[in-house]
Amino acid sequence: MLALAVRRLIVAIPTLLAIIAAAFVLMRAAPGGPFTKERQMPPEIERRLEAKYGLDLPVGEQLTRYLGGLMRGDFGPSMTYKDKTVIEIIAEGAPTSAILGLSAMALALLVGGGLGVAAALRQNHVQDYAVMAIAIAGVCLPPLVIGPILQLWLGVEWGILPSQGLHRDEIGLIYLIMPVITLSLPLIAVISRLMRASMIETLRSNAIRTARAKGLPEAQVIWRHALPIAVLPVVSYVGPALAGVMAGSFVIETVFQLPGIGKQFVLAAQQRDYTLVMGVVLIYSFLIILLNLAADMLYRALNPRAREA
Amino acid sequence: MPFWTDRRRLLAGAAGLGASASLGACANGRIIGFDKVNKTLDIANQGEPLSLDPHKATGTWENNIIGNMLLGLTTEDAHAEPIPGMAERWETSEDGLTWTFFLRSARWSDGEPCDAHDFEFALKRILNPETLSEYAAILYPIKNAEAVNKGELPPDEVGVTAIDDLTFEIRLEHPAPYLPQLLKHYTAYPIPKHIYERHGNDWVKPENIAVNGPYTLRRWWSNYIVHLEKNPGFYDAANVVLEHLYFYPGNDVNASARKVMSGESGWSTLFPLSQTAELRRALPGYVRIAPWLVCGYFSFNMTRPPFDDKRVRQALSMAYDREFVVEQILREGSDAAYKFVPPGIAGYPATARYSWADLPMEERKREAERLLRAAGYGPNNPLRFAFSHRNTSDNPRVAVVVQSDWTSIAPWVTVELRGTEVQVHYANLRAKNFDVGDGGWVADYNDAKNYLYLLETRTGDQNYPGYSNPEYDRLMRESDFEPDAERRAQLMFEAEQMMLEDAPICMSTFGSSRNLVHPDLTGYEDNIEDQHRARWFGIRS
Amino acid sequence: MSDIPTDAAPAAASHAVKGRSLWDDARRRLMRNPAAVASLCVLAVLVFLAAFGPMLWVHPVDEIFRDRVGIPPTFDNWHILGTDTEGRDLMARTLFGLRISLLVGLAATLVALIIGVTWGAIAGFFGGAIDDLMMRIVDVLYAIPFIFFVIVLMTMIDTPDPFLKLMLIFVAIGAVEWLTMARIVRGQTIALRKKEFVEAARAAGASPLAIVFRHIVPNVLGPVVVFATLNIPVIILAESFLSFIGLGVQEPLTSLGRLISDGARQMINAPWMLFVPAVTMLLTLLALNFLGDGVRDALDPKER
Repeated sequence: MLALAVRRLIVAIPTLLAIIAAAFVLMRAAPGGPFTKERQMPPEIERRLEAKYGLDLPVGEQLTRYLGGLMRGDFGPSMTYKDKTVIEIIAEGAPTSAILGLSAMALALLVGGGLGVAAALRQNHVQDYAVMAIAIAGVCLPPLVIGPILQLWLGVEWGILPSQGLHRDEIGLIYLIMPVITLSLPLIAVISRLMRASMIETLRSNAIRTARAKGLPEAQVIWRHALPIAVLPVVSYVGPALAGVMAGSFVIETVFQLPGIGKQFVLAAQQRDYTLVMGVVLIYSFLIILLNLAADMLYRALNPRAREA
Repeated sequence: MPFWTDRRRLLAGAAGLGASASLGACANGRIIGFDKVNKTLDIANQGEPLSLDPHKATGTWENNIIGNMLLGLTTEDAHAEPIPGMAERWETSEDGLTWTFFLRSARWSDGEPCDAHDFEFALKRILNPETLSEYAAILYPIKNAEAVNKGELPPDEVGVTAIDDLTFEIRLEHPAPYLPQLLKHYTAYPIPKHIYERHGNDWVKPENIAVNGPYTLRRWWSNYIVHLEKNPGFYDAANVVLEHLYFYPGNDVNASARKVMSGESGWSTLFPLSQTAELRRALPGYVRIAPWLVCGYFSFNMTRPPFDDKRVRQALSMAYDREFVVEQILREGSDAAYKFVPPGIAGYPATARYSWADLPMEERKREAERLLRAAGYGPNNPLRFAFSHRNTSDNPRVAVVVQSDWTSIAPWVTVELRGTEVQVHYANLRAKNFDVGDGGWVADYNDAKNYLYLLETRTGDQNYPGYSNPEYDRLMRESDFEPDAERRAQLMFEAEQMMLEDAPICMSTFGSSRNLVHPDLTGYEDNIEDQHRARWFGIRS
Repeated sequence: MSDIPTDAAPAAASHAVKGRSLWDDARRRLMRNPAAVASLCVLAVLVFLAAFGPMLWVHPVDEIFRDRVGIPPTFDNWHILGTDTEGRDLMARTLFGLRISLLVGLAATLVALIIGVTWGAIAGFFGGAIDDLMMRIVDVLYAIPFIFFVIVLMTMIDTPDPFLKLMLIFVAIGAVEWLTMARIVRGQTIALRKKEFVEAARAAGASPLAIVFRHIVPNVLGPVVVFATLNIPVIILAESFLSFIGLGVQEPLTSLGRLISDGARQMINAPWMLFVPAVTMLLTLLALNFLGDGVRDALDPKER
């Protein structure tokens, strides 16, 4: 298994290179540049700025330079945030996004998994429909509606939770409640449906029938025998989904005024901060590859058939 | 009112019981946005500062922060009027070309003296093209500033000299009676030379910085918070009340307003106009709307048909119903604009005006149709063009009205809306790749020239309509060299009136500043520059 | 980049479907599922409203009522859902927004289907180096954030024609959604390519492409249909996110997502501006989701 992980990581290198090249070229194809602004600067200054960031070179050469910088661990200076480098900015944003994403995923696995199992055990009964309706409703209203509504009710009207996601300097549990709930709703919806479908299928399998025939208690059948198999599709979903939530959410970070990389990314893309955009794309791609691999490993560990193959 | 008599609160109690019980004594962890005991203020600023170096900053939201840390030769009082800052007094030569400033003896926050050498160093640095300052151009009235900034002369040639530690001389290209206005702008702030020499461009980082103003930088967490703390070494520190300022980038104005409503912010520098009435109700005494140095206008692309024809431009300017936009779309606080330079500009007669401005709307529409027909358009030669607008803020909402107004001139007028990202929009405008494009302008200093120069031929790309009228250029040039303030204003006024008749642009609105301010925060005064320095703030108990 | 749940239909049915009678069976099973039938009826009504509503309703979508800006629901002048902040009838806007949202969802899904099915079937059928290369490309695209693509695609092609711009949104979104589709179809194709009927076609001398499109593609349609039904809501939501950052449908056109993100801004002073499009969206997405689940259950042979 270790050999497989190493092999996959080696294959990941050309993949990452291809991603960098594709994103790099695409980004520069968008009209407007980092120095196109409402108020124009003197052409002389603009020319010098472009020279400083190498924007006057052919795209191919810019790319080689950028890759050269990456080899040395240098993501370059930000083109809009003049006092900071890309690494500094990402280092300031990534922890918040990661904590938020991990908490939301943990909550979604608990709640979504529970709901899914509950629905599967009573397939086509009222309980099933109720759970599914709740789950689907979770994905039907976008966070840009849920977030402000929570903020208005819990933060402003009822005054029981802070309406922003951080307290001046420290990260505290209480500040995360609203953003985490908002972020986890769509995840809960997907996970509960996956869990339900796969649980129903597992419960019909021969292995479970045998277990039941042996007269094992129902609870043991479900928890010890069915769940480890039924959870497999959820595992392969969680990998990339976790990368997605950990790379931040623009809507949630904007509404709750959190310093995450999701917000940084969209603002940077709009301002054409090429280096910052590339930095976040890299982080995201890396997370995707890594977490996909982790999910595969976990899948193999849980599923004896896949292990043999 | 006890909380059980309020049905909403009762529901809240039921729903929130679990949460509040388990979280117990931490009093829901709220920030008190305006804490009178600890003397702190949490501020919802409009955006994330791109830089806190005054030589690299470009936005009003950066100015809101930097202006509390650094102080120029002149500075602003609570009404944004220029008052002596680091300079206690100044003298002007007869010809108005040489200004001598006499500095007070003051120190940087690290104890080093802040003197004329720091000013000389700072002005030479910002005008040095290597510094890559995007905003240095507003200092061009200084002798040789433009040539140095364009790399034609070495930085030492900038017309500023530290005569001794406390005497500083500025020589000008042409008389500029507005110099005290200009010098309070952040581009003219001094920077600590001794720290720059040690840390280079990192001088502005919290661990390195020294300031000469009322607050110093404690922390800057990107996209989250800028924390300023009172500088005890500031020369007027005895009169500075607030101890800590926290600036948050409020990219979403609605979220900022909600933060003020929940008490987590004591001042928001912006709020959505459409919610003025609601906010007045929910936050009595908070809403502050004041005229501001901002105008919205549409540029006609004069470099190609149909807008190379003055009649077409004039017709569209006439047919646009500004009153409806300011009354119903933007609601409170905006004014319909019938001229370029907003009212309230220092020393400028705000009397320029479209000649047709007082006609009723119906008549203006008829006249517009007549003009278009005279220009050769009609059922057999329909007029078709696109209106490009920014897809941010209220701009798309105004665009909808513009489209409706222009298409209602006659059935053969068709207007397409073309909403784009800000960056794309301005790239198109600069490349003259548009028919009619919207735009906004916020003046940097309180002077009419700061608007009118936009339409001079030499302004280049940023003269978006491509307006080029030798007579206009001549009047503007003459006003530059006119030492008499009144005559100078008269020349600019003539230029403006002539331009309005040529209609290279269609004026839309004069905007307003919109702040939500805790009513117990004293020393906050509405003013036309929307400048509110925290050193004037106090606490009403 | 979690603003869009890009992968809401990951486990779209995983069983190959053969023969016509199975489709009949599936239809019968679907009709016995009350939730799916109810969803079908709701959808039929919504589609009817989207298609004909804007024509039948008393107010046009872009007329500005200058003396009735932002009024709450009233029978006066038939503004039964009120007007928006520019004084346009909210009923007309919602009907029109529904039309655009459904169109966006359908067209983007169609683009995703066409690219995804072709790509996946070819990769799966030919296998080997072709498969490796094609799936590696999918991997690369998969690891680039969705909004990055959309922002770049949206800004790159700048057109004055609002309808063209709209089509671009479809293509942009569809051009990203096809990745999942390609993976599903490839898996199915690999399972099918050794089956007897494919071998028979090959023996009869059919060209590989003919086999792919005549024999393989029709047989992977089951999971494809499920994916499509469940994908439409995802795309409608994605469009609402784009509207939130200002890149969605532009004025004077509108969509449910745009109405919602505009309405969310007026939540305090004019709640109906959020409520009306939000409920419409909720209904649409609920119906589509329940229908998708129903179709999946109906196509799943193990359900019997």
